[in-house]
Amino acid sequence: FFLFQTVQVIVQARLGEKICTRSSSSPTGSDWFNLAIKDIPEVTHEAKKALAGQLPAVGRSMCVEISLKTSEGDSMELEIWCLEMNEKCDKEIKVSYTVYNRLSLLLKSLLAITRVTPAYRLSRKQGHEYVILYRIYFGEVQLSGLGEGFQTVRVGTVGTPVGTITLSCAYRINLAFMSTRQFERTPPIMGIIIDHFVDRPYPSSSPMHPCNYRAGEDNGAVYPSVEDSQEVCTTSFSTSPPSQCVFTVTKAHFQTPPPVVTDTLKVPVMGLAFSHQLSSSRLSYQPAALGVGSADMGYPVLFAGGLNAAHPHQLIGPGKEGGVPPVPSQPAHGAQADQERMCTPLDGVHYSAATPSSSEDTETVSNSSEGKCGSPHDLLETIFIRKVGAFVNKPINQVTMANLDIPFAMFAPKNVELEDNDPMVNPPESPETESPLQGSLHSEGSSGSSTGNTHDDFVMIDFKPAFSKDDILPMDLGTFYREFQNPPQLSSLSIDIGAQSMAEDLDSLPEKLAVHEKNVKEFDAFVETLQ
Amino acid sequence: SCPLSSRCCAPSSPAPAMNCRAEVLEVSVEGRQVEEAMLAVLHTVLLHRSTGKFHYKKEGTYSIGTVGTQDVDCDFIDFAYVRVSSEELDRALRKAVGEFKDALRGSGSDGMGQISLEFYQKKKSRWPFSDECIPWELWTIKVNVVNLANEQERQICREKVGEKLCEKIINIVEVMNRHEYLPKMPTQSEVDNVFDTSLKDVQPYLYKISYQITDSLGTSVTTTMRRLIKDTLAL
Repeated sequence: FFLFQTVQVIVQARLGEKICTRSSSSPTGSDWFNLAIKDIPEVTHEAKKALAGQLPAVGRSMCVEISLKTSEGDSMELEIWCLEMNEKCDKEIKVSYTVYNRLSLLLKSLLAITRVTPAYRLSRKQGHEYVILYRIYFGEVQLSGLGEGFQTVRVGTVGTPVGTITLSCAYRINLAFMSTRQFERTPPIMGIIIDHFVDRPYPSSSPMHPCNYRAGEDNGAVYPSVEDSQEVCTTSFSTSPPSQCVFTVTKAHFQTPPPVVTDTLKVPVMGLAFSHQLSSSRLSYQPAALGVGSADMGYPVLFAGGLNAAHPHQLIGPGKEGGVPPVPSQPAHGAQADQERMCTPLDGVHYSAATPSSSEDTETVSNSSEGKCGSPHDLLETIFIRKVGAFVNKPINQVTMANLDIPFAMFAPKNVELEDNDPMVNPPESPETESPLQGSLHSEGSSGSSTGNTHDDFVMIDFKPAFSKDDILPMDLGTFYREFQNPPQLSSLSIDIGAQSMAEDLDSLPEKLAVHEKNVKEFDAFVETLQ
Repeated sequence: SCPLSSRCCAPSSPAPAMNCRAEVLEVSVEGRQVEEAMLAVLHTVLLHRSTGKFHYKKEGTYSIGTVGTQDVDCDFIDFAYVRVSSEELDRALRKAVGEFKDALRGSGSDGMGQISLEFYQKKKSRWPFSDECIPWELWTIKVNVVNLANEQERQICREKVGEKLCEKIINIVEVMNRHEYLPKMPTQSEVDNVFDTSLKDVQPYLYKISYQITDSLGTSVTTTMRRLIKDTLAL
């Protein structure tokens, strides 16, 4: 019953109206916990459906997801309220009415907190432009759609003789919402789910398992589909400093031979990283592969960067015996426009948490799966060559630079900045973030080609397709980046000069023009020296 | 003015007693936001510290009435909070906060003061001593009133204070969630020592509100203190 009341409170808080209930001095039978909470039958019905007669237990939490849907059809997850149960039993609480009172207190806290998160204000304003929807599901908590930097607030915990109930809310901070139309999004691929994982330790006790994303649980409310992630991606991309995006892009380059990459969409997805943390997006197919894979990995968080070659196989591997089944479907997706690439190959982005223990898991799994994934591997590669030329280890790379542009096509104006920020972003971050992963990579040594990792220079990875040594650019990535970085500066420099001449020309045309014409050669020489 | 107490008894000492849990919150607000900000905090605390009215039955058991809640929007702050649906309680709080605001404005202070909400239990003492009030939880809200120059600053202040209050609510809920000491549920004869039974629709724990204004000299004028002295002398 508590569950139902909780759900009622949450949903009612998001209805957009002010709630007013009366106190009555004499109790009425239906008021649980002595709180006058109206019962909206539909809500109870949904909750019952979701719970299907079960009660929360470890790994099975009841979650209410609040999302926003605009009149254009874009939607975005705003909050996830989770009610979890863990094993910590409070044996001291013997009196059931203490528990009852505490639950009542928890509901009151919930009332208070539901008014405090950003979604409340949004829900009060809902109407023409957007509506707020809810979805109740039971099972693993899915915090992935909340974008970067989401915060968690714990409403309260109550210990009971059978376990401890924790009620918390994870809400999105990044409320900047951009229409996805500008990115020529192709229709979402059903079954492709993009999960965003951040390696932030969650303060709440929710077990963060990136699996079992239940498509079927949807009770009619908006479902965070690929659209959501994309929006999230784009939004975050636009709001987050380019460095983050770049950072993740380069991380993606660390992908194994099958250039996982980062499809353009992946880039922004990665862009969801916290400023000093890496996040990776994991693409996975419908529950099956995804769920199993991650379950095997047993990590709550994906960690971008330094992934070893085996990763692409990992997700496919566990549970799918080498991942052959998903592979064939890739070409289908591969044929699609940029954004779609996130599909499968990105499974490889299944990064292990940056802990040695999990990397060991990764290792074993990757080892086992790698062997099996031999052929799909190539298949992936070929596919990628077509799509993500820049990241392929094949000679199509003469368009390296150009190809780099392609994946970033949707971020075209930001290309330069992206690249520019690369070295700036990565070096400082690589030591802290890369080293554990690098270390794990080394220890794994699994992905054959991926062993080219070095700790200090994040870019020095052999298998990195576009920047690999044997390819177009006969230089190491560091030099490459430095080189690449220069041209924009130069062009801006000459532009300045040009601007100057323009300004001066405007001021006093004839003489200045003559003077400048004389000096042109000097300017050119100057520019030459800079190069 | 005098501190507003739900029951008259000898005022407790200004400093919190030994086992009293004390929480301090600080806010900086503009003049016209003082009332709403204070009400938001006080109501949130009282929401957690109120139950339905007890109805004692013959066998020593009791049933509890229902507490209704309602949303309150603030006019001067981008904020909304939940309070118990009790007009009496709301009136009592508004009166206290109104006095506080007037004192803040009028005392010539530089806009600093604090308002305290104290939950206490009464302990009957033998004659000639009057009942003792033993506080078990004390919430202090320190207020700093700022003056803003133009409308733009006011708008920013609206939002910022709204956000600040959100944080405060979260803080309050955290404290509440610790499930620390709460007075035992009393028997019928003891109920007035624990709860304020004067209201007809809800039953908060016995509480009293007091405030003090820090005048520009930095010395704090405790109205409770004054009353204590007066009462002691009168005794």
